[in-house]
Amino acid sequence: MLNKNPIWRYVLVIGMLLLALVYALPNLYPEDPALNISATRGGTVAEETRLQLEQSFRSANISAKSVVLAEGQILARFNSTEDQLQAREIANQQLGANFVTALNLAPATPGWLTAIGATPMNLGLDLRGGVHFLLAVDMKAALDKNLNDMVQTFRADLREDKLRYRNVQADIDSAQVQVSFRSTEDVVAAEAALKKRDRELVFTTSSDNLTLLVGISEIRLKEIREYALEQNITIIRNRVNEIGVAEPLVQRQGADRIVVQLPGVQDTAQAKEILGATASLEFRLVDTEGDLGSALEGRVPPNSELYYSRDGRPVLLEKRIMLTGDHITGASSGYDEYSQPQVNIKLDAKGGTLLSAGTKNAIGRRMASVFIEYKPGTEIGADGNPVLIKQQEVINDATIQARLGRDFVITGINSPAEAQNLATLLRAGALIAPVQIIEERTIGPSLGKENIELGITAIQWGMAAVLLFMAVYYKAFGMVANIALVANLVLLVGMMSLIPGATLTLPGMAGIVLTVGMAVDANVLIFERIREELLEGRSVQQAIHHGYDRAFATIADSNITTLLVALVLFGIGTGPVKGFAVTLAIGILTSIFTAVVGTRLLVNLIWGGRRVQSLPI
Amino acid sequence: MQIFNFAKPLNFMRLKWAAVVLSAALVLGSFTSIAINGINWGLDFTGGTVIEVGFAKPADLVAVRQTLTNAGYEDAVVQLFGTSRDVLIRIPLRADIAQAVVGDTVLQALNSQQAEAVTMRRVEFVGPSVGEELKQDGGLAMLMALLGILAYVAMRFEWRLSVGAVAALAHDVILTLGLFSVLQLEFDLTVLAAILALIGYSINDTIVVFDRIRESFRKLREATVAQTINDAITSTLNRTVITSLTTVLVLIVLFYMGGALIHGFATALLFGIAVGTYSSIYVASAIAEILGISREDMLPPPPVDKEGESTDAL
Repeated sequence: MLNKNPIWRYVLVIGMLLLALVYALPNLYPEDPALNISATRGGTVAEETRLQLEQSFRSANISAKSVVLAEGQILARFNSTEDQLQAREIANQQLGANFVTALNLAPATPGWLTAIGATPMNLGLDLRGGVHFLLAVDMKAALDKNLNDMVQTFRADLREDKLRYRNVQADIDSAQVQVSFRSTEDVVAAEAALKKRDRELVFTTSSDNLTLLVGISEIRLKEIREYALEQNITIIRNRVNEIGVAEPLVQRQGADRIVVQLPGVQDTAQAKEILGATASLEFRLVDTEGDLGSALEGRVPPNSELYYSRDGRPVLLEKRIMLTGDHITGASSGYDEYSQPQVNIKLDAKGGTLLSAGTKNAIGRRMASVFIEYKPGTEIGADGNPVLIKQQEVINDATIQARLGRDFVITGINSPAEAQNLATLLRAGALIAPVQIIEERTIGPSLGKENIELGITAIQWGMAAVLLFMAVYYKAFGMVANIALVANLVLLVGMMSLIPGATLTLPGMAGIVLTVGMAVDANVLIFERIREELLEGRSVQQAIHHGYDRAFATIADSNITTLLVALVLFGIGTGPVKGFAVTLAIGILTSIFTAVVGTRLLVNLIWGGRRVQSLPI
Repeated sequence: MQIFNFAKPLNFMRLKWAAVVLSAALVLGSFTSIAINGINWGLDFTGGTVIEVGFAKPADLVAVRQTLTNAGYEDAVVQLFGTSRDVLIRIPLRADIAQAVVGDTVLQALNSQQAEAVTMRRVEFVGPSVGEELKQDGGLAMLMALLGILAYVAMRFEWRLSVGAVAALAHDVILTLGLFSVLQLEFDLTVLAAILALIGYSINDTIVVFDRIRESFRKLREATVAQTINDAITSTLNRTVITSLTTVLVLIVLFYMGGALIHGFATALLFGIAVGTYSSIYVASAIAEILGISREDMLPPPPVDKEGESTDAL
C-alpha cells in the first residue's frame, strides 16, 4: 500500500526524539552559584574538611544548598552570588594556603538526569563570561638555549677526545654551532668524534675547510619545539590550577600556540602576571680567577660572563651552567635557624646527579643562583609582537659547604615575601621557552548573560515568524512542517548537549536562528513538488509519494555542499566561529532527518493509504 | 495559497546578457570600491585592543576621551555601542607600549578618573601576527570552500554548471565584500563566518535550480536549451522565493534582536541572500548556457565506455 509505514518506524523516530528531549532537558534548569574547593599539591580534601566548612557556613548565617565531597573536591552550592562570595572569604580564612577555592556556576541538573549522563550544553566564554588567552611559545629562545648547550657539550667532548680546537661558538642567526680548528685533519677527526656521540647533528665545513659548522637535524628541531610546547602546556596547567578556576582549559593550538580559557575570571591582570611570568633558575660557579676590574672595562674572560646581583654588584660567573631550573621538582619557602628567610629546593634524580657531580670538586668555591625572567619589552620584533627581554640577576651566591644532592637550600633572600614569591615561581616550573600573550578576549559576566538573553529572544521570534508563515502558506502541511521544525530544535539542542566537544557560542546561537530559517527549505521543496504533481493530475497518494521521492535527491545534493562549507568553517575558525560551524553542521543533519523522515511519517499517518480527494496544501 | 502560478515558463534567458552586464558592472564596482576605499577590517584582522565598558548613566564621551588622552592614548577611538550607556574604545596597535596590558591600564584610568566606576563588559586584544594569519586563513577557507563545491558539482552534474555555480558564488561573495567596502562597515570574524555560511546557502539555491535543469532536459525532449532552463527556473521559482523569505525573516529578527555583536553577521547574510537568490537564477544558469551546455551533456552517460579512447597517445 502506498504511503503506509510499518509501526517500528514510528517507534524508532519517536524514540529518538524522546531521547533527544531527555538529553536536552538539563538546559532548562538554572545554574547555582557554587564554590569549588580542592587541595593543592600533596594535600587531600577529607570528609572532616567538608563538615568544618558546613559548620562555619552555618555559623556565618550562609545557607548553603548543599556541600558535597566528590572526586577529591568539595562543591558547595548557594542561593545567591552574595552568599557565594561571602562563603569564599570564609573558606579561604579557614582552610589557608593548602587549598584552592574557585568560584563556579554549577548546573542544577537533577540527579536522575546526571545519572544517565545528561548535562547541559557547554557554553562558550562569550556566553558565560571569562577570559580567553592565546599564547605563543617563543621557539627561537628554545633553539638558542639548545645551541648554547651544544657549545658547552662540544667543548667538553673535544677536550675529552684530546682534539685541539681554536674556538667553539654559537651562531644564533644561522642556528649553527661553529667549531674552528688549526688544521683540516682536526676538522675531519672532530666531525667523526662528534658524529659518533650524536647522530642527529648535521655537519658542513666552511669554505676554508677550517671551521666545522654543526646544525641540528629536522627531527631534532621538531623534538625541541615539541618539548618546549609540551613543557609550557604542563607548566601553564599547573599555574592555572593554582589560580583557582573552575573548569579551566589549557589546550595546544597548532605548532607553537596554547589556548588558555579561564571561565568566570574577571581580574585579567592577575591571570596575565601568573601566565606571563617565565622564571627560570640557573646555578653557576663564581669565577674567582678572572679579573673583575678588567671585565667591567669590557675584557671578560672567554669562559665567563658578567652578571649583576640584585643590588647592582657585579659578579663574574662561569659560562658553564651547572644545573638548570627545569630539574626542580619542588620549592618551598621557610626560615633557617637564625629566622632568615630561605627557599628549600628539591631536584629530580638527574638534577641531583648533575649537581652532585658539579659540586664534587668545588667545595669551598662559591655557587651563584641566577634568576632569569622574560618580560615583553618596548621594542617590536619582526613578527609584530614585542621582543621579549631576558632579565637576569644573581639572586644569591653562597659558598658550597658540602657536596650537594637532591635537596638543598638557598639563603640570603631579603624578605619572607620574596622567598615565598621565588618559591612559587620555581614550583610553577621553569620554562625553556618563554610565552607571550598574542590574543586576549575577556567577556564580563553581565555581557555574557545579555548575550544569552539576546540569543534566546532571537531564536524565539525567528521561530515564531517561520511557524506563522508556514502555517498560513501551507495550511495543514505547514503545521506538519512546523512540528518537524520544533522537533528539529529539540534534536539540535539534545545533540549539542550530548556531544562533549560541542560548545554553544553567540555566533552559534545565530547559527541556530539561521538553521530555523533554512530548515524549512527541505519541506518547501517537498511541498512544492507535491503541488506540482497534483497539478499534473496525479492522484493524491501518487503525488505524496513522488513529491518526497523526487525532492530527496535535490535536498541531499544541496545539503552536502552546505555541510562541506561548515567543515571548512570548523577548520579555520577559532572559539565562537567554531561554535557557529558546529551548530550549522548539526543543524543541517537534524533538519534533513526531521524534514524528510519526520514529516513523511506524519503525512503518511494523516493522509497516507486512504481515500483522500484533495490535500490541504 | 501560492505566490506565483504561471501557465507558461517565463523567459528568463531572454535577459541573460542584461544580467551578465549588470553583474559584471556590480562586480567591477565592488572591486573598484575595495581598491579605493579598502575594507574596514575589524579588530580580529588588524590587531589592537577593543574595550567595551558600561556606565550607570548615559556616558559622557568627551570626558572619556579626555581621560584616555591623559592616560596617553590620544589615538583611541571612542564611540557609543548599542545603547547610550555602553562605550566602545578602540586602541590601535602601537610600537611603544606592551600591547597585552593596554586593556588593564585603560580600565584603571577610567575607574580612577571618572566619578563613577565603570563595569568592564569586554576587553579584546589581538596581536598583529594573529590578525595577519586570520586574513590568510580566511581567504584560504573561502577558496577551499569554492574549490570543494566546484569539484562536487562537477562530479554530480557537469563542468559547465559547476563553473556557473562557482561564478555565482564568487559573485555573491565579491558583492557582499563590495557592500562592506562602500558602506565602510566593520569586517570582523563573524562577518567572515557569515560569508562562508552565505556560500553554503547560495549553493543550496543554485543546486535546486540545476537539479531541475537536469530533470527538464530529460523530460522536455523537443525544447531548446534556453526553453529548458526557463522551465526549470520557473518551476523552482516558488521554492526559491519562499525559502529566501523564511531565511530573510529570521535574519531580520537577528538583525534587530541579536544585539550589536551580531549586526555585521546579519547584514552580510541579509544582503548576501538577496544577491544570492538573484545570482542562482541568473548568473549560474546564464553562464552555463553561454558556455554551451546541451542536452547531451546532461543525459546519463552511455553504458559502455571504451577505455583509453579519450586519452592521447603516449
